[in-house]
Amino acid sequence: MAGSTPASARSDGGQWADAGYRLRANRAALAAGALVVLLMLAALLGPMLSPYALDHVDWSLSPLASPPSLANGHWFGTDSNGRDLFVRVWSGTQVSLLVALLATAVSVVIGVGWGATAGYLGGRVDGWMMRVVDVLYALPYMFFVIILTVVFGRSLWLIFLAIGAVGWLTMARIVRGQALALRQREFVAAAVTLGLPAHRIIARHIVPNVLGTVVVYATLTVPQVILFESFLSFLGLGVQEPLTSLGRLVAEGALEMETAPWQLLAPSAVLATLLLALNFLGDGLRDALDPRQG
Amino acid sequence: MTGHPLLAIRDLTVEFATPRGTVRAVRGVSLDVRRGECLAVVGESGSGKSQLFLGSFGLLAARGSAGGSVRFDGEELLGPDPAPLRSVLGTRVALVFQDPMNALTPHLTIGRQLTEVVRDRGLLDGPQAQARSLEALRAVRMPDPEVRLRQYPHELSGGQRQRAAIAMGLMTNPQLLVADEPTTALDVTVQAQVLEVLREARDRGLALVLITHDLGVVAQLADRVAVMYAGRIVESAPVRELFAAPAHPYTAALLGSVPRLDTPVTARLAGIEGQPPPPGEEQPGCAFAPRCDAAVERCRNLRPTLACDASERSWACHLPRHRPGAAP
Amino acid sequence: MSEQLLQVRGLTVRFPRRRTRLLGPRPWLTAVDAVDLDVADGRSVGIVGESGCGKSTLARAILGLVPSQAGQVDWRGEPVRREEANGLRRMRRELQVVFQDPVGSLDPRMTIRESVAEALLAIAGPVPEEGVATRVAESLAEVGLDPALGGRYPHELSGGQCQRAAIARGIVARPRLLVCDEAVSALDVSVQAQIVNLLDELRRKHGLALLFISHNLAVVRHLCDEVVVLYLGRVVERASRDALFSAPRHPYTRALLAAVPHPDPSQGNGAGRAVVVGADLTPGQVAGSPSGCAYSARCPLADATCRTQVPNLEDCGDGHRVACHHWRGAPTLR
Repeated sequence: MAGSTPASARSDGGQWADAGYRLRANRAALAAGALVVLLMLAALLGPMLSPYALDHVDWSLSPLASPPSLANGHWFGTDSNGRDLFVRVWSGTQVSLLVALLATAVSVVIGVGWGATAGYLGGRVDGWMMRVVDVLYALPYMFFVIILTVVFGRSLWLIFLAIGAVGWLTMARIVRGQALALRQREFVAAAVTLGLPAHRIIARHIVPNVLGTVVVYATLTVPQVILFESFLSFLGLGVQEPLTSLGRLVAEGALEMETAPWQLLAPSAVLATLLLALNFLGDGLRDALDPRQG
Repeated sequence: MTGHPLLAIRDLTVEFATPRGTVRAVRGVSLDVRRGECLAVVGESGSGKSQLFLGSFGLLAARGSAGGSVRFDGEELLGPDPAPLRSVLGTRVALVFQDPMNALTPHLTIGRQLTEVVRDRGLLDGPQAQARSLEALRAVRMPDPEVRLRQYPHELSGGQRQRAAIAMGLMTNPQLLVADEPTTALDVTVQAQVLEVLREARDRGLALVLITHDLGVVAQLADRVAVMYAGRIVESAPVRELFAAPAHPYTAALLGSVPRLDTPVTARLAGIEGQPPPPGEEQPGCAFAPRCDAAVERCRNLRPTLACDASERSWACHLPRHRPGAAP
Repeated sequence: MSEQLLQVRGLTVRFPRRRTRLLGPRPWLTAVDAVDLDVADGRSVGIVGESGCGKSTLARAILGLVPSQAGQVDWRGEPVRREEANGLRRMRRELQVVFQDPVGSLDPRMTIRESVAEALLAIAGPVPEEGVATRVAESLAEVGLDPALGGRYPHELSGGQCQRAAIARGIVARPRLLVCDEAVSALDVSVQAQIVNLLDELRRKHGLALLFISHNLAVVRHLCDEVVVLYLGRVVERASRDALFSAPRHPYTRALLAAVPHPDPSQGNGAGRAVVVGADLTPGQVAGSPSGCAYSARCPLADATCRTQVPNLEDCGDGHRVACHHWRGAPTLR
């Protein structure tokens, strides 16, 4: 029979497998990935390991702010109010990660939808849709957040909405670029000749083929969001008591920098490590997935 | 005038290290190119025809390595000393690739790229280099050569770019020009002109290696032909004999697959079933056996080696179709 | 009397070019210039030409992938109204396409089976699931692919196998006409022969009409009943296969045929000894001349009439049509 299967045509999972191979070969990225996982685990389990609760004030200490010591179980020391820093740092990490992941998820959903549609449709629709993006980009974002905070008060949901509302812009731009390129590919032309409506083509052909890029930039968005939330906290606009976040802890620690340096050290170290690891991982993913493929 | 061939390749192997293991693109190829002759190396994807020459001249990609011997005018190019290769490449040996847009630097004028070839090596000075580039453009029949010197690659048509790339190769008056699919990307009328240019160059004494899958081009330009399949040479012969009486079933099948303008239209093209094996696949017997309609048990178990006869024909087949040396 | 499936009249496609002057009319590149085309049921029509002749643009305009500025496309007697949302749908049910790049024309994220099934569902509407699986498997088998390969991704298959899959996708919904846009140009010689044979077989078996676009004259000769020659967007000659190849009347067609190198060393066909005859456009070069015959710049027979008057397609007998002022004097080639 003509065209019979050669023995050589093996199924191998495709470009994800190739990408997986390249990622595994990248030691820095692997180490970074492991570190991220480790930090996440620490954030989840950390508070449970310590005998102290999040906002339990340890009156036995004098002064209240005490340096790290193994003896009294305050492994990271305590803050100015006598609360255990070990628990607070990991709880703060939880909050920071939660906000980051949720906000990133929102920006991925909106960004991919917006960008894929604009890129695929092209022409004037693309023009208008991307003008919206440009305008939003140009907004004095800080003022926007401050006004919202003043009007609606400080709440976790508001923070994450505000961040998500802006985070999707970069994703939209990136996805739009990819979609524009994909539009020229013959398999998209083939789908058009099938008479498939635009939304089907975008959903079935454009979006799955930009996922590689999306994963990469989502991984790089997470640290940006964490940093942004930290910045808000530093300004006093971040999460409220009793919740805490890495940014808040850094802000509080900065005030006591001269007298109680450990209050700044612990959260900063965690924050910096987390950001670095996520960026390394994102870079590794980008190298592995080389958006030109597929 | 020495008797040895201009280019003598012996047992060349080219391997690539990939995640899935070592892939051998070229498996022990030997061939000669004589002065003033045009050798066509014919093959399909995965035959290794391009890698053969990339490997011979040290131009393999990062993970590739070449083994064996390549002698140019008696000097070993693949030895531990890199000097012979460096001195020969770009001066006495010129290479021209398929896509001229890749060979030409987009941001330099044609004239600049041509003169650079000779000025960088200190071969000619400014005015001499200019004169030489005009000469080279005329040799490739470039229309309005003076104008072209000042133009950029993107301002030229596809055919003109390919001719400019060939002109670059001719700048140093090489003894050997290796052209990899020089006309594949060109329109047929433009191709005809480029072939004429190559033919004239060969008539002037240039040795030519033409790597191609287009048998029409081979028939019109080549003196000898080497057919490659799965990294090895399966047949080699003077061009007329190869076309008139191919010995290897693959050559015969390939000739039968080509639709022609000069024969009556037949109902079916004699295609070859299956597809060429991807590089890196090792078969115990003859690599072509799975697709060969004359294959017997012996073909699948024992790989045929290249046999030659007195009339410079060689073939690697247990059951050659025509007995070479005998009248077809 | 076989039905006219596709009738194209005066199709014109223009692309805006960059302005060199701020005021004045905008310069246009006319890729397809008032082209007429007919494909009857079961017939195979070849469109040949070199780069810049507009053959791919023509195909895309017919398929509705590229907007046209003038002209009309009729499908089975009724005009196809592209402006309307569903205007193309009727035609698309029965007209499918196979593109040049075998791997690129299949979605890299979908298995072969999924790609073929998508085509079936898009055209035939909802089909029960077992029905889909059966039809897909049948289609794959028909193009010579082991149905077990259906679960593979395009990059896991060879070029020839991908092109077979693309053909399977094209025929699964049983179209009347298959447009092949350089469908074999990217394939190895031996694989090309297989695909050409496959297309021929499908034609005979299903009475499938073909619109075969190619720059390879020998393949077109093998596969097509009629041939249309394009030069810089205009039809210069149109004839039945035998008439065109044995007695071409347009100087460009002759030059084209003369330039094809024969795979026969004993026949030096003088390829290349002619002067520049092809279009060989530099980027930015305006296609064709504003007045007169598009080929007059290169034609050895060109005179003042040629440069000022656009030749119309004239009938030279037997449906053989040429657009040349001098076709009457032209001796037959062989």
